[in-house]
Amino acid sequence: MTDATTAPRVRPPASVVGPWAWLRANLFKSWLSTATTLVLVYLIGRGLLGLIDWGFVNAVWGVPYNAQGVPDTASCHAAKGQGACWAIIADKYRLILFGRFPFDEQWRPAVAVVLFIALYVFSAIKGVWRKGIDSPLLRTAAAIAVVTVLATNVVGWLGGILGLPTVLGDILHLIDIVARYASGVLLLFVWPAIGVWVVVLSAIFVLMAGGVYGLSPVAVDSWGGLPITLILATFGLAFAFPLSILVALGRRSTQMPAVKMICVLYVELIRGVPLISVLFMASVMFPLFMPPGVNVDKLLRAQIAVILFAAAYLAEVVRGGLQALPKGQAEAADALGMTYWQKTGLIVLPQALRLVIPPLVNTFIGFFKDTSLVLIIGLFDLLTMGKIALSDPPWQAFPTEVYIVLALIYISFCFAMSKYSRGLERELNQARGR
Amino acid sequence: MNETATAPSPGRAAGLSTGKPIIEMDKVNKWFGALHVLRDITLSIAEGERVVICGPSGSGKSTLIRCINRLESHQEGRIIVDGTELTDDLRSLDTIRRDVGMVFQSFNLFPHLTILENCTLAPIWVRKMPKAEAEALAMRFLERVRIPEQAKKYPGQLSGGQQQRVAIARSLCMRPRVMLFDEPTSALDPEMIKEVLDTMIGLAESGMTMICVTHEMGFARQVADRVVFMDRGEVVESGTPDRMFGAPETDRLKMFLSQILRGH
Repeated sequence: MTDATTAPRVRPPASVVGPWAWLRANLFKSWLSTATTLVLVYLIGRGLLGLIDWGFVNAVWGVPYNAQGVPDTASCHAAKGQGACWAIIADKYRLILFGRFPFDEQWRPAVAVVLFIALYVFSAIKGVWRKGIDSPLLRTAAAIAVVTVLATNVVGWLGGILGLPTVLGDILHLIDIVARYASGVLLLFVWPAIGVWVVVLSAIFVLMAGGVYGLSPVAVDSWGGLPITLILATFGLAFAFPLSILVALGRRSTQMPAVKMICVLYVELIRGVPLISVLFMASVMFPLFMPPGVNVDKLLRAQIAVILFAAAYLAEVVRGGLQALPKGQAEAADALGMTYWQKTGLIVLPQALRLVIPPLVNTFIGFFKDTSLVLIIGLFDLLTMGKIALSDPPWQAFPTEVYIVLALIYISFCFAMSKYSRGLERELNQARGR
Repeated sequence: MNETATAPSPGRAAGLSTGKPIIEMDKVNKWFGALHVLRDITLSIAEGERVVICGPSGSGKSTLIRCINRLESHQEGRIIVDGTELTDDLRSLDTIRRDVGMVFQSFNLFPHLTILENCTLAPIWVRKMPKAEAEALAMRFLERVRIPEQAKKYPGQLSGGQQQRVAIARSLCMRPRVMLFDEPTSALDPEMIKEVLDTMIGLAESGMTMICVTHEMGFARQVADRVVFMDRGEVVESGTPDRMFGAPETDRLKMFLSQILRGH
């Protein structure tokens, strides 16, 4: 060894790091890689320039309308092939985003969408999921309020079937409303993030449905566009995820063979059929089994179908995490005298779920996009509204523009999810010193 | 390790057993499928007693102590811990496990929690101790195993020896009446074995009832009141360490000792 190699170096030589070294090492290492780089740069550059030409330089941003309000799309047709016709988006964006919601009331779904996005951003903030005031009294009160809401709704629904006296129905309704407010407020104290979710989702429901606070009532049949997609995906995953954890735990249960069998059957049955057929059953078959006069809302039926379907898939992902956890973790918890639920909630799940963040988010993203299948049962989600917008004769020739915009909307939601999950993984791994 | 073997045994002098049995096993049998892993084990361990269980691998010694807090269930016979018989009743089981601490070969610290949280989790949730009190208690035991400065770190940032000492502190935080050690030094690099053994010796000197599965004969000589030798699922021989190592009676123990000594 010479002195030069043993002498301490403050930093590696410049030829090993820095942008030039990176270029040399990755793009211009040999004459072959240099040639490949140049060819690719040329192709990508040309494609990019073409896209800019089509999307911006030659694009048609607006068209004139005649006296009847019918657009004159001649300029769009003239530019076809050379330039995009963004005029269709300018003309149809409200239909695509908000469906057939009454035009003058469309600020309501717009606010609902903003609330949804605000809710996602809020949920992603570090630390908001901490518990609030640690008081057994408040906890009990909140639990009672939540159970009351559930109970009054189930009883009210059954009452509708059995023909309960209207006085009782009114009393139930009153209790229900009081319990709703109480549960929202109590949850804000006990577990702030959950409280925020309940309050915001209730606000979204009120905005969409109306009928109170001077908002005109809007039937679910008139809802459409982005709010439908966000409702199906948000409620779907928010309910499917906890359900999937229970199913995964049930499937691994050694103490309760009956529960285990039900969970296995549920997962295998749901996984064995396509989502379309589950949706179809929910919308067409389910009403046939109901007594006459009983009507469960179409959106609710689709929502339940999405929840049940997503839960089966998520359950298998969660089960994968449970299996990957070393047995010693559960044994250590047992040896400390923890109960099953303490062991599961404090030791097993926090670790198992961390292990499966990538496949969990993968499934989340998949289901966010799968909500578009509800078009099969006549619900007007974002994608369906795009299709409907294209059925307008003057615009029929311009599907590319509509689908590009729809794709951008889907991409921004899905990319946000995947970005968040990667950040979450990195943060959790850093915290553990790995 | 071996220098401890020749030292006088301060441990034994410090905590004489009271003679009242805290663990009683009566004709315990266990099978893994067709494999008969515990055969008619009858063993009584007094409060304050330090017992070392040794034997070749596969002799059932780990299974035996795992039966004491029912990480494994036995199929025949009776195990009574602190006056309560081990059955499938979950409630009595949780009570027993609170009073029986266990240290594992692979540490089994909770990697998603800090060292301090590892130690306070069970006192807070199982013993319903206020958080501040649990943290004070945990810091006291972390000082006792000489790693209070690591309290805010995660297990993945500690060496094996440090992790095992944290595992001991974590068990002690539950204020157990009995401590079980399942080959606590077998997964450690040689230079870390001593720091864990020193911790265990310190614990023995404080009068804790201890049952250790270990191959550390120096440790056995120094602190054990009794050495139990197991082979093929049965207790072959037991007695004081001096008698067991000085004058083994059975051929199986003689052979085992010769193998152990050759290995060292």
